[in-house]
Amino acid sequence: MALVELLLSPLPSHVRTARLVAVAAARRAGLEDELVDELRLALGEACSRAVGLHARHASGTPVQVTVNDTPGGLVVQVRDQGPAAGPLTDDLTTGLLEDPSVDGAGPEGASDSAGRAFQDVERLLDTLVDPDVALAVVTGLVDDVDVEHGPGGTVVTMRWPLPPGASGPGSTSVAAS
Amino acid sequence: MDLSLSTRTESGPGGDRTVVVVGGEIDVYTAPKLREQLIDLVSSGQYHLVVDMEGVEFLDSTGLGVLVGGLKRVRAHEGSLRLVCTQERILKIFRITGLTKVFPIHSSVEEAVAATD
Repeated sequence: MALVELLLSPLPSHVRTARLVAVAAARRAGLEDELVDELRLALGEACSRAVGLHARHASGTPVQVTVNDTPGGLVVQVRDQGPAAGPLTDDLTTGLLEDPSVDGAGPEGASDSAGRAFQDVERLLDTLVDPDVALAVVTGLVDDVDVEHGPGGTVVTMRWPLPPGASGPGSTSVAAS
Repeated sequence: MDLSLSTRTESGPGGDRTVVVVGGEIDVYTAPKLREQLIDLVSSGQYHLVVDMEGVEFLDSTGLGVLVGGLKRVRAHEGSLRLVCTQERILKIFRITGLTKVFPIHSSVEEAVAATD
């Protein structure tokens, strides 16, 4: 078993740090290239979400990321201490993707059918920019994922299979602040 | 790699198009720069945008949110926002979020500038 553990201050720039470290650890563990791409995106989404939650609700408390090379595969966890919100709820009203300045910017004087088409697109867009869309992307992207919401925060656990005999020994710990 | 941005104007059959060439990583850290660029363009009256994403190495949902915000802005002025992207790993995130139905996605800047529908 080889473990990489990261503690990230809730800064957007550290999400990239987490991606780079996790990808390096996954490559070293022998994860296939296609799954490394998946891990990069999923880990980035999970960290963006956690960092956003901490920035809003948990002040300077770090977000914890672990990459664990186990006999059962590669296990990646992102642990936050934000409020326990379920996926796709609207609790997080100040989401990173919100853009209040464009509210009500519909075309004035458009014909009825054009107006309806515009509203349809608007509804679709409103769904997409749900503040917890990051979690939706993670659960859609990764086949083996668990999201546990507890009183102390949320743990997102993602697992990927490793080729037989791919894992190596060793343990590293890194803290970024 | 950090985000790189540049713009140029190209003339198409439907009129002038502003081509925004984006390179590097669009994530929670760099997305605000892209958002500012798109806001500046719309504020200065450029409502027909082509975002060339061929140089983008990473895109997450924060980046998608900024593109969606740009689309909402240009639509408010009867404008358009077209994407140029052929990279499979970038296209994948548009597909899993259903956004291929929202953004016209082209395989070259020439094709996007020539589109008039």
